Amino acid sequence: MARGGWRSDRRPLGPYESRVVPQLPQLILTGVTVGATYALAALGFSIIYNASGVINFAQGEFIMLGGMIAAFLAALGAPLPLAVVGAVAATALIGFIVAKLAIAPARGADVTTLVIITIGVSMILRGGVEATLGKGGRALPPFSGDKPIAIAGAMVSPQSLWVMATTLVVVAALALFFTRTRHGKGILAAAYNRLAAELVGVDTRRVLSMSFVLSAALGALGGVLIAPIANASYDAGIMLGLKGFVAAAIGGLGSGVGAVAGGLALGLMESLTAGYVSSAYKDAVAIVVVLAVLLVRPSGLFGAASGGET
Amino acid sequence: MRCSLRTGGWRRASLVAAVLAWTACSAHAEEPIKIGSVFSVTGPAAFLGDPELKTLQIYVDQTNAEGGLLGHPIKLIAYDDGSEAAQANSFAKRLIEEDRVDILIGGSTTGSTMAMYPQVERAQIPFISCAAGVVIVEPVKKWMFKVAHSDRMAAERVFADAKKRGLTKIALLSETSGFGQSGRKESLAAAPKAGVEIVADETYGPKDSDVTAQLTKIRAVDGLQAIFVFGMGEGPAVVAKGVAQLGITLPVYQSHGVASAEFVRLAGAAAEGERFPAAAILIPEQLDESDPQRAVLKDYVALFAAKTGNDVSTFGGHARDAFFIFKAAAERAGSVDKAKVRDEIEKTSGFVGTGGVVSMTPQDHLGLSASAFRMIEIKDGAWRLAE
Repeated sequence: MARGGWRSDRRPLGPYESRVVPQLPQLILTGVTVGATYALAALGFSIIYNASGVINFAQGEFIMLGGMIAAFLAALGAPLPLAVVGAVAATALIGFIVAKLAIAPARGADVTTLVIITIGVSMILRGGVEATLGKGGRALPPFSGDKPIAIAGAMVSPQSLWVMATTLVVVAALALFFTRTRHGKGILAAAYNRLAAELVGVDTRRVLSMSFVLSAALGALGGVLIAPIANASYDAGIMLGLKGFVAAAIGGLGSGVGAVAGGLALGLMESLTAGYVSSAYKDAVAIVVVLAVLLVRPSGLFGAASGGET
Repeated sequence: MRCSLRTGGWRRASLVAAVLAWTACSAHAEEPIKIGSVFSVTGPAAFLGDPELKTLQIYVDQTNAEGGLLGHPIKLIAYDDGSEAAQANSFAKRLIEEDRVDILIGGSTTGSTMAMYPQVERAQIPFISCAAGVVIVEPVKKWMFKVAHSDRMAAERVFADAKKRGLTKIALLSETSGFGQSGRKESLAAAPKAGVEIVADETYGPKDSDVTAQLTKIRAVDGLQAIFVFGMGEGPAVVAKGVAQLGITLPVYQSHGVASAEFVRLAGAAAEGERFPAAAILIPEQLDESDPQRAVLKDYVALFAAKTGNDVSTFGGHARDAFFIFKAAAERAGSVDKAKVRDEIEKTSGFVGTGGVVSMTPQDHLGLSASAFRMIEIKDGAWRLAE
């Protein structure tokens, strides 16, 4: 009576008793998959925070837009690669428009005002999608079938592998972008000291819109990747945005390494708590850890000692 | 108010006006009967409220086209609570005090319904809820009725079917939403009576993107024979995909929360073989010719599709049943006097609705039995009667 991947060749178990060890690979893989999507969301938070000191509460909506637009295009009959690219491009464009129309005009305002503007933007985006693409959930077909693959006694869907692999590639590409390219260095320079960056010729207004485009594209990519697993719906961004923010806070806002580490840590915590303790405490554990991290190290695990420039 | 006379400064004019007003008042046929509704037309529960409001509007229009109710046109005053219970309360207050409606229909969710109830009780106005929670009618509340199947009936139906298939060790995976947690409570209570054992009791969030961690824990329980998922909306589809991903081949039961085309569409092949209890509305063409619900359901399905272009769901049917129970009660009472209509609603007997055959009593403000649920299996992406 083998269930799933392992055989019942161990000693007989009493009622309700669980096999602890065989669960571990599955729980880790689940945690990493979920954590990778949190990491993409957290990276989006960090990039915009670096460029403007603003916590962009519309980041979750970028994720939602990616999933919804891709599912919409796929339903229209667009081939999958086109739907994916189209969704990411459309969301990046929306990110650009948000930066130009909502954030840039209020550039002189304090950060709190800007944060409130992003909350307004998130409501507009959510409402706009609800009105145009509908209230129902949408499904996107998996990129390479849905036949699960066995890895170390755990079952992974091919889509999970897509999520993990893409996150890796994106993180590597971002690292190169920020350390090797003029634009990337410009964003970092503006984050450290805007006035000094302007003095050496960095166009900080462009930095702002570029950071929104980049974050929107990243969020959309995450949304597209996770849509075949979790489906897309107009209100999916609230939860994913929140988790991404939590991941960014754990890792330290503004830190790329921190965002990835925070995302993975959050995903693993949730998965291990659900698997070994109780799913009832899954979200609570994550929140407790955030509180603990913020109490002990207010700037996050990988954050700079002082807050970002405002 | 249309018939009240204002005592203005100019008496002669008002005398003329009074005569005119009197003639207008005597033409009572023009005075509409007002139905007030609060549905969750937007927000997470929109999949309930949207078809409910559309359905109610369809039948109000149809009744008006046929000459109205008791010779009066019906006016529907509808509010959207945005899936927030607190909003439902203030809209109920507005419907009662400002719009002065004759009856309330609505409350898409149990939360909204219970939030509306204090206003209903205070104003003593009949209220037919479209939500599912047992708490709406147990203990019996004088002015409140409901038409949707209770969570307990769903659990009872699932356990009876599982028992028949020899599946007695069942894992419960419930959503942390109000719907899921009420279902969890009722399932835990119904299991021992049905002779099945709940060997795992896990939960997931309605917006969780992955539940394989919970499923991994569940499938490691020794002797497990089936999984029962209690949730609605997108969550159950995510669970179904997780079950497929982990290669779990045990029978999976869902609750009546998946009784809409959306579930099959979202879960795709992963939903194959899963069973859930649902009203006969999902499969009208599969019912026996002799089934009293057959004609009612075929009518509603055709009408809803023609008017909205959408697929029919159980939920819209609740609004239809609520409307016709009210209509029949008002006709029997010969007026829309609130107390008389309430008494007549309570005497509803043998009413054939989309949810089943309804016979209410002073002790039972729902009037459906567990047999109103049919067991449905998803086969080749379509619903099949499992019995």
